[in-house]
Amino acid sequence: MPIFDSKDKSRYETFTRRTLLVSGGMTAVFALLGGRLYQLQIEDGALYHTAAEDNRVNERLVAPPRGRILDRFAVELANNRRNYRVLLVAEQASSGTEQALDSIARVIQLSDQQKKRVLHDLAINKRFVPVVVAENLSWDEFALINQHLPYLPGVQPDVGETRAYPYGPELSHLLGYVAPVSESDMASDDSDPLLDLPGFRIGKRGIEKQFDEQIRGEAGASRVEVNAYGRVIRELSSDAAKPGDDIYLTIDRELQHFTDQQMTGQSAACVVMDCQTGDVLALSSTPGFDPNLFNVGISNDQWKTLTTDDHKPLINKVLGGEYPPGSTFKPAMAMAAVQNGLGDLQVNCSGALQLGNNTFHCWAWKKGGHGHVDLKRGIAQSCDVFFYEVARRLGIDKMHDAAVTLGLGSRTGIEIPGERSGFIPNSEWKLEHLGIPWQVGDSLSAGIGQGYVLATPLQLCTLAARIASGKAVSPRVVHTLGNVAQPRLVPEALPFSDEAFEKVRAGMNAVTNEGGTAASYRITEVGLEMAGKTGTAQVRKISKEERASGVKKNGSLPWNLRDHGLFIGFAPVMQPRYACACITEHASDGHPQVVITRDVLRFAQQRNTLGLRTNYPQNAADAAVQTRRA
Amino acid sequence: MITRPYAASRRLLTLTDKLFEVNWGLMLLIGIIAGIGFAMLYSVAGASFSPWAGKQMAYFAVGLVLLIAAALADVRFWLGIAYPAYAVSLLLLVVVLFAGHSALGAQRWISVGPIEIQPSELMKIALILALARFLHGLSVEDVSKPLRLLIPFVMIAIPAFLVLKQPNLGTTIILVADGISLLFLAGLSWWWIGPAIGAVATAVPLAWQFFLHDYQKQRVMTFLNPASDALGAGWNITQAKIAIGSGGLTGKGFLQGSQSRLNFLPEKHSDFIVTNYAEEFGFVGSIALLLLFAVVIGYGVQIAMSARSQFGRLVAMGLTLNFFFYILINGAMVMGLIPVVGIPMPLLSYGGTAMLSVMFGFGILMSVHVHRQVEIPRHSGGII
Repeated sequence: MPIFDSKDKSRYETFTRRTLLVSGGMTAVFALLGGRLYQLQIEDGALYHTAAEDNRVNERLVAPPRGRILDRFAVELANNRRNYRVLLVAEQASSGTEQALDSIARVIQLSDQQKKRVLHDLAINKRFVPVVVAENLSWDEFALINQHLPYLPGVQPDVGETRAYPYGPELSHLLGYVAPVSESDMASDDSDPLLDLPGFRIGKRGIEKQFDEQIRGEAGASRVEVNAYGRVIRELSSDAAKPGDDIYLTIDRELQHFTDQQMTGQSAACVVMDCQTGDVLALSSTPGFDPNLFNVGISNDQWKTLTTDDHKPLINKVLGGEYPPGSTFKPAMAMAAVQNGLGDLQVNCSGALQLGNNTFHCWAWKKGGHGHVDLKRGIAQSCDVFFYEVARRLGIDKMHDAAVTLGLGSRTGIEIPGERSGFIPNSEWKLEHLGIPWQVGDSLSAGIGQGYVLATPLQLCTLAARIASGKAVSPRVVHTLGNVAQPRLVPEALPFSDEAFEKVRAGMNAVTNEGGTAASYRITEVGLEMAGKTGTAQVRKISKEERASGVKKNGSLPWNLRDHGLFIGFAPVMQPRYACACITEHASDGHPQVVITRDVLRFAQQRNTLGLRTNYPQNAADAAVQTRRA
Repeated sequence: MITRPYAASRRLLTLTDKLFEVNWGLMLLIGIIAGIGFAMLYSVAGASFSPWAGKQMAYFAVGLVLLIAAALADVRFWLGIAYPAYAVSLLLLVVVLFAGHSALGAQRWISVGPIEIQPSELMKIALILALARFLHGLSVEDVSKPLRLLIPFVMIAIPAFLVLKQPNLGTTIILVADGISLLFLAGLSWWWIGPAIGAVATAVPLAWQFFLHDYQKQRVMTFLNPASDALGAGWNITQAKIAIGSGGLTGKGFLQGSQSRLNFLPEKHSDFIVTNYAEEFGFVGSIALLLLFAVVIGYGVQIAMSARSQFGRLVAMGLTLNFFFYILINGAMVMGLIPVVGIPMPLLSYGGTAMLSVMFGFGILMSVHVHRQVEIPRHSGGII
């Protein structure tokens, strides 16, 4: 048998043929792979390029610094302070996170609860994510941490920024506060991406809320490269955040502080304004709350205390409290009387007025009434019978018109959220809403500021300012937003005769300076004298039986059934500059509200709040002048 | 020239002759491709030789020695040890099933002292050698005889089954593909091939039902719809496609591949190394690499065609196809054409065993080239 034969040849030929076939197949496969490469890299290249960039690039928002809130002298009422924090990065804590926390606890105070929270945060985050261990540290604590840093692996000292209210509760109702974004904030139509930023705070009350968008500023963006686990590799580019606008208020911090101090312990509201312009100089409602609590994180107990306190520390009573104005309503009625030809009305007060079957008592009924009363004496002695007669003659609609013209019955439009409108009834309203025609008796009650009449302290202050100045001033509290002075209309003259203003001012002067109801509380300093009007608002009905057996003294009633004490005033009498209204809830014995108003008006004049040079931004002051000329 | 004097085939080549006969063009190509691999490993490690590029170079150096050694060995030596090598590999495959240790859920490794051996890698070469030897002894007519055919089928089936049990589907596929290719090249009748294709078509659903592991089924399912599980098992495919596609025409540049640098690529240093290459060098670079591979395969085909012995031809073509199947499966896998099976890209992917196995394969191929003039009778038992 030959070693190589035809069989070898035939299988060589077969092999060659089939190898060529296989080579053709391999070529086809390479063409297929090449085609796939073409498809991925050329046809869909742009698509995948975008996908790769999406993978790689992460946009991170940079929170802007929040605008400050300043007073008329540029004193910072709300600002941003440095927030000294301690962060812990799990993967760098070489001796374990619990060990690291123990080490930190040896340097600064750390409660077990805090430790537990940190361990929880560490557990739910990736190991390279810094977790906040403690914040709002004092400088000393922070310095201590930095000093021990070499022995604290994984610990990162960090300086953030947080909202601060240096004056605490005394400005709480005016400024409001900032707090973390809630679910409902997210659901609102505010589409600012900043709301999604963890730890971001927005204004929740007061000026902080009203001007939140302007104070907030605009988010900056930092484009960072991240890896597949979300770790930031480097920053690619960044757009700086646009800081929020500063807001200048018309408030005088010193006056605000003084006012707040006078109200300590009371559930009270007091507001002071420039009666020529309506600029609010002080606006205080007590008790207040510490706005810093909401920023740092309020505890359940603290929140419960705030919401259950019967002194209602969360309500801004200056504009969110509606009260029967009582006798402080009488100057408005006196204006209406003079304007409607009743300026020379004379009434004999016997202590009560009989109307059909009903008896309307004067507050001085026990003493047998005021006797002969004219307009001036009616205001000075706050004679109810006089104003019953005024009301009876005017009718509710004329009373309504005068009250509304003087600033009652609708919101003043102050730039603070939560303002209520108060209420001034008219005949139409009663028929429409209660289905009963207006009765003369209703007018009589309204004439002394009771019945359906409701007003906020801010409206009462506006009333005082309008009577004092004769101008249709409205309160405002924001002077400048950013660098733009807020436009305001030059107040127009009110449609009352000079005689009306003179007579009513004379009556209010008599209240304090000519032996009227507040004579004991007058300002005695020459040139600073105040005019005013006292008021007491019942919060309960006095029954016939009680009146027969003797009206209970306030002191014998529980706190929440005692009368409110009210007062409106302006000063100086000769050339009024300051108007003030004050209410002390369930406190009228000893007229604390009059004492407060007197002290506040005296302080304002002695300090000369309106005479001092304001410190608004320069260009804004110029703009303000132009607005007024126009 | 039907017959040649037997003595002519026994002409002895000196060592210098053999070195001179080594196909240095092929060697250069292998070096270039391996160099690309080093560069890529350097890149995916964030411009660092550790942990991969440096070691890979060492593996390559060892592989080069292995290649030369294998190339210098007489082709009849390979014929001679074909069966023993097959038997030893088979034994190791059995051992690994019981004594091996696992990596990523598969028992693939056994330790011999400090050396880690992957018997399935040995088996790929042993199977090619053994089948080539068996077929070397058969005429074209014999190949298609049922009883004769039974033997190579068993030779393929046993290791394929053992490797599948590890489980290692990728290597199983390559073993079967290598074996069937050799039968085809040896002249298996089309009468067998036709029905076989039909049988496979029936067997696939059955295999799905009874033999595939859950993770393998999962791979197939996510392959069919990667977006369905874009953050889970589909992640690999999706991210690999993003890496390749984002390379565009010219690529992002060396060391600029963000997908791998930022760890979006899974197994970026091993099975998915070419995605980084495609990302950094784009379509142009990828086609160039494909052409380099094509030329290597062309060399292999040319070596096979020019060999005078049937054994040499079959071995050369078997090894070339083996190399080709790696490229096909890995390439198609990273480009999302087939499900993810753990097959590395030869010469590029990191791994000592894979590198040595590939270089050893090239060494035997080179041995065929060096000894292409050697004729071997059908009944020769080779020389050991």
